[in-house]
Formats: sequence, C-alpha cells, structure tokens
Amino acid sequence: MKTLVYIDHFKGAVQPSSWEALGVAKKFGSAVAVVFGENANDVAKSAFEYGADEVFVADDSALKDYQAETYASTLSALASTLNPNLILFPTTARTRELAAMSAVDLNTNVMTDLTGLEANGDSFVATRPIYESKLFEKVTCSGKPVIATLRGRAFPKPNQETGKSGTINKVDAKGEAKSTVEGYSASESAVNLGDAGIIVSGGRGVSNNPSLTPPAGLDEKQAEIWRAQQGFALVTDLAKVLGGAVGASRAAVDAGYIPYSHQVGQTGKVVAPDLYIANGISGAIQHLVGMRNAKVIVAINKDADAPIFKAARFGVVGDLFQILPALTEAFKKKLGK
Amino acid sequence: MKIIACIKQVPDSEAKVKAEGGQVSFGDAPLVINPFDEYAVEGALQQKEATNGTVTAICIGPETAKEALKHALAMGADEAILISDPTLNNLDTLGAAKVLAAAIQKIGADMVIFGRQTLDNGAGITPAQTARLTGYPMLGLAGSIKVNERSVTVERVLEEGKQIVKANLPAVISVVQSIGEPRYPSFMGIRKASKAEIPVWSLSDLGISAPSEIIKCDELMTPPARETVVEMITGESPAEIAEKLADKIIAEKVL
Repeated sequence: MKTLVYIDHFKGAVQPSSWEALGVAKKFGSAVAVVFGENANDVAKSAFEYGADEVFVADDSALKDYQAETYASTLSALASTLNPNLILFPTTARTRELAAMSAVDLNTNVMTDLTGLEANGDSFVATRPIYESKLFEKVTCSGKPVIATLRGRAFPKPNQETGKSGTINKVDAKGEAKSTVEGYSASESAVNLGDAGIIVSGGRGVSNNPSLTPPAGLDEKQAEIWRAQQGFALVTDLAKVLGGAVGASRAAVDAGYIPYSHQVGQTGKVVAPDLYIANGISGAIQHLVGMRNAKVIVAINKDADAPIFKAARFGVVGDLFQILPALTEAFKKKLGK
Repeated sequence: MKIIACIKQVPDSEAKVKAEGGQVSFGDAPLVINPFDEYAVEGALQQKEATNGTVTAICIGPETAKEALKHALAMGADEAILISDPTLNNLDTLGAAKVLAAAIQKIGADMVIFGRQTLDNGAGITPAQTARLTGYPMLGLAGSIKVNERSVTVERVLEEGKQIVKANLPAVISVVQSIGEPRYPSFMGIRKASKAEIPVWSLSDLGISAPSEIIKCDELMTPPARETVVEMITGESPAEIAEKLADKIIAEKVL
C-alpha cells in the first residue's frame, strides 16, 4: 500500500497534523511525503525524521506562495505518475481546496476531516463528524486513489527520529496560476486553534470589569472595546503561561473585541483541545458545538445558571477579573515559570 | 455584474440530530437556509449594490428547499432557481459541484459566491470543486470582496492571518463571517418572496445525467453521551480558588 502525504506548511512552518498524517500512512505501508513551496527543502528534511520513506519536493518559483490551481495541478500530476492507493492531507484551509481540486482532476473524491481511518482489503473505511459533530458517519470512497483529510489531533503524532534522512526527489510545478497573491496583512497575528492542545477563551463577559476607567475621550462603544481588550489581555496572559491559544465566543467577535479568526463555535472553528478554559462565556449551543469535545472544560462565569457549567468538568462562579489573574499566578508558581 | 449565490437548506442548528434506523432524524426542527450561506447571500448583495448588478440564488434540493430560496429573495436576491431531480438523492460534494457547475454555465455569471461550508455535511469543498470544474479561479474564505472592472481582490482569512489575493472575473468565492452580518429580510422583501414563482430545473434542463456517488455513507453513529458532572470550586478568596483550580487541572494531566 502506497500513500502520498501532503505536508502543509506556511513559509516553512509545518501544520503539526501533517506529521500525524505521515504516521497514519506508515501504518498502511510506504509513506511518500510531498512538499511544495518556499523552504520546501527544510520541511522535506523533517519529513524523513517523522517517517517518510520518500520525499518529493517542488520548490519552483511558481509555487512560492500557496495558490490553489497550481498546487492542485502539481499534486495531480505527481499522483498520476506515482499511482498511490491513498492521498492524505491534514485538514486546513489550504488543503480543503487542494484536495478538492485534485479529486476533480483525478476523477475521485475527498473524505474530509476524518477522526478515524482503517484499511479494509485494498479499500478504506473512514469515520467523520457531520452535523457539527452531533453525529458521526462511516464512509467509503469508491474512486482511485482514495483521498482524505485528517482532523488535527485525532491521530497520534509519530516520534521524531532526529538525523534520519533520505534522497529528495525534485518535481516541477504544473498548471497555470489563476490568481496572484498581493500580500499579507500583518494586522492579525497567527491563530491556529485546530492544532492547539490548550485553549483559553473569552466571551462577552470579559468587557464587564467595573473597576476599570477607560481613557478620556472614548465614546461608549470605544470604551467597551477598550475594556474588553484589557479583559482579553488577562485571557492571553493565562494562555501564554499554559502555552495555549486564545479563543473567543461569537458574541465577543461580533462586538469587535477580537478578530474573527479566534472564534470557536458553529460559524468559527470546531476544536477538541485537551484543556479548554471558558471565561465570561455563557455557553450558547452555537459555542458548545465548537468545544464540547475538549477533554477537560473549565468554566469561569459570574452567573451560576450559565449553560456553560453543564458542559464543564470544573466550574467557578465568580469575578473573572479576580480569578483569572490569580489562576495565572498559581500556574506560574506551580509550573515553575 | 451577474452574481450567483449558491445556497443549501439544512436542519436548524438547534435541532436534536440523531441516527435512527440508518437515517438522520432531526425531529420537528425547522429546515432553514444553511447559516453559512446567509453570509454568501449577504456578500452577493453587497456586490450587487457596489456594481449595480443582479443576484440569482440557486439551490439543489427537494421542493421544500424553495423556502431557503425565498429567504434569499426576501434578503434582496433578484431571482431564485431550484434544481430538483428524483435522481439526485445521494449527491456527494463532487456530484453537487457538477450539478452547480452546469447550472452556473447555463445561467452565466461574473461571480459565484458560496458560504464556507454546510452545517450538515460540513466538508467545505464544493466551492473549490465547482471552481475546478468551471475553470474559474477559486478565492476561498474571503472576509472582504472588492471588484475593479474585470478583476476582483479579496482578503482571505486563513490560519496565519489575512492574505490579499487578486484574480480575473468570472471567479468563485467562498465567504466567511467577516463579510458582514447577513441583513434581515425587509417587510417588502418578504412580501415579494412569498409571491415569487421559483422555476425548478431538472437534470435534463441542465443537459447532464446524475453524477455517480463516489463517497458513500455506510453507517451513521450517535456519539456516546458524555457524562460531565461539574465540580464547582469555591474558596474564601480568588487566590484560594485559583490555587485549588490549578491543582485540579494539573491532576487531570492535560498540561
């Protein structure tokens, strides 16, 4: 059984679930890693350390920035040559497009966001969440090759064998670009909630600190956002001490407290970290569907009747502006930071 | 400019979805326009206003899916078309893309707008597959759209931040929430929508046969109910509560 594994990276920073996909491929037989774009050679070296038997690299200038059409054409051409049984991707914004387009080229289709994948003879049976994880379905793909994207953190990450290496095969870019990347906006910092093991989140409640006095000259809305930013600073402090990511409820995003890319829930990201700490989040169903599969959920809220407590393992009814900094201090001390 | 908004009808997000006898059941929950697609309609209407264009909403589904199209009409879409055919019971994402691509080519469009994903299947790959089939550029996860003559620039909201991408029209665009809160249907809009005659196209109207189903669902499973009994942490002072809570979290071995 031969599996192509697409290693997804942004300017050399690899989406960790790519390595999880490599681990799954090894379970079925030989694993061929595929790396496109800038800094592809460094990524290729890591791919060997995570178990790739072979690595194919396309670092053509045409592939410098991710571009759906050229990336898909290059991948489809490579798949036609190598004739794998299976192509695996981590599930990211880029790979959903790329897998989708290559499936069109190769006359097959994609099973997305898998939480389980088993071989069955020369076929595969996959498990994936549907209806916002309210249900799961077992699916099969009758096309060849079988194409699948794997949900981050649903499969074990293989151990890294430092120093393990191999021969890197070069391939050329194929296809024609249909769009041009004009640039990146630096206004927003990177947020990768899908891969985060720990998420500390804030909701509307983070803007309600009565003890703060906003700077003079702000109107009511600006003052509210200023208060919320002070609240999110406390959320961020705890996230930093725990090495986690910062999440937010839709209410906080809609109120303009924090960018959309932080949103956990129905119209944001569905996450399943080991630890989720919800601060000032009441727990609307649209938020709960996005985080209820976290291993341990902690809720801090001033309202003892907030629905978030029904989903939580630990709860604190109290003033988050006092509890949160105290919790950050307690972890600093206990974790030796 | 001619804009097509592709929408789907799904069970309301509050629905208690269960697997019953190999079928998905959602009780008496209402069927609604896919919430992500409300943003697609909103994005399409913004471009209609910016370019003095028209918006056509299209939807694959049974006769009852006309209600989702009426929602788009009530928001301000100019026309709506339902694609319905008894052979379309088991469509996978690529099958849906093939049907939509045929409809888009029949209608003709400068811009095709999708929501990021559907609430039911949630794969989020039909927009890119439609783009690949039509040969139009794919601009995914756009938080803003700006048209200039025959080109379009979008700000994509990605894991790493925002990426600004430009392409020629016609293009396929999927939108995220940053596009703006979907407008409420106006009273006039609702009245117009309730009277609208929505044409129904079959596959023979599109000149295609039923696409084969490549991804098949063999089994539905209800996830085991999680038993969470919340343990409330109390104390005399924030410091004491924090101390206890930190110890509890550390004992769970999740750090």
